Amino acid sequence: MLYFSDLLQYSDTFLSGLRTTVELTVLTTILGVALGTTCAAIRQYGNTVSQRVVASYVELIRNTPFIVQLFFIFFGLPAIGMKLSPWEASIIALTINLGAYSTEIIRAGLGSISKGQVEAAKVLGLTFRQTLFRIIFIPAFEKIYPALVSQCIIVMLGSAVISQISVADLTYAANLVQSRNFRAFESYLVTALLYLGLSIILRFVLDAIGKRLFAYRAIK
Amino acid sequence: MKKLTKLLGKTLIVAACFSAFNATADVLQDIKDRKVIRIAVPQDFPPFGSIGKDLKPQGIDVDMANYIAKEMGVDLTIIPVTSANRIPYLQTKKVDLVISSLGKNPEREKAIDFSTPYAPFFLGVFGSKDVSVDAIADLADKTVGVTRGSVEDLELEKYAPKSVNVRRFEDNNTTLTAYLSGQVNLIATGNLVATEIAKRQPSRAPEAKFMLKDSPCYIGLAEGEVALQAKVNELIKKALASGELNSISMKWLKAPLPKGFGA
Repeated sequence: MLYFSDLLQYSDTFLSGLRTTVELTVLTTILGVALGTTCAAIRQYGNTVSQRVVASYVELIRNTPFIVQLFFIFFGLPAIGMKLSPWEASIIALTINLGAYSTEIIRAGLGSISKGQVEAAKVLGLTFRQTLFRIIFIPAFEKIYPALVSQCIIVMLGSAVISQISVADLTYAANLVQSRNFRAFESYLVTALLYLGLSIILRFVLDAIGKRLFAYRAIK
Repeated sequence: MKKLTKLLGKTLIVAACFSAFNATADVLQDIKDRKVIRIAVPQDFPPFGSIGKDLKPQGIDVDMANYIAKEMGVDLTIIPVTSANRIPYLQTKKVDLVISSLGKNPEREKAIDFSTPYAPFFLGVFGSKDVSVDAIADLADKTVGVTRGSVEDLELEKYAPKSVNVRRFEDNNTTLTAYLSGQVNLIATGNLVATEIAKRQPSRAPEAKFMLKDSPCYIGLAEGEVALQAKVNELIKKALASGELNSISMKWLKAPLPKGFGA
């Protein structure tokens, strides 16, 4: 026998958890992709030292578990005097995580832009800025866009872990409700469906952004 | 049918004998006659009772048992029990007293008698010394760490002011880490967990701010042992007045007795 009606009195808890997860996702997607883009540009075009620094950062983050990174930031850093709120710690952990993964993805895109294309832009008299955005970044992003969208969704789903440091996100709401009424099946099923809905919406929104960004394709 | 009635009759007689025996028995006199008191202590529940490195029982309950025997001027026989069999040991008169972190509840009160409390056992809000909180109303706008789904979590939800910021963690250890790392300066937990923190990091030993739920430990006695009960209560009162109870608490729980203990 299932009792979904038992969840109704906790709808506020679920809604505020949902809002936290959405806010966190929007913020970390923007910050993480910005960080990834910067680091990818450094890895592709920077000098040896900066390339090495970025490579170390990427390898460090990609080869350690997210929960360890999060606990280090939240529980570890206070030992050296950096006390962050659960919310700040989560934003930072998720951003550097998405930053590392997206660095590698975006770098692959930058690597696919042939030298000839850049030289052609120069010959045609395009400015540096025009070359950077229209000739390098946008075509590079277009090639790796689906992979980048998937990574953003993975990070959104991975954000469930931040409930461990008491951020009241969607998973925190599910755990809390489950600890109050012991309806584990119902509360986790509802939570899973909410995450599924969020993923579909996020993919839809990012695809729509992609369509605008790569509109020149349609003109051609 | 006749047989059955006979059997029933006999049973009744035997039962009557037993209850008569129960009513007149004076364990206090027995103890004095045999010069030995038999006390049940836990062996698997530190810091109340556990087996030390020298393979001898140690803990609050063991110290308490030693104190009682010494004050009564008799030898002590320690009988290790578990939480499941400590009351049957008492009911079958295999021990004279049970000092085994025993809490009071209505079911137990039907089966055995209790002394006055001798050791603190409570859920409360603990915190570093610089946070001034004396009652649950003082928690308004403050941040408290707690283990999700625990009794203290439910108590906080029920009684704390709405503006309190409750940070819920997965398990006791994470709550403890949150306090030790300074992420929260107040936690709601049991006094044994607070002791654990005091042991791990004496510099951040939490002090008890107020109680959420009090369930102190009592010494258990067989029903109707009025003389023994009076004697035990007298000894507890003496130990409370002389500071003996407080020093046992300091030794094992790393904290003084809570304010108004035993009052």
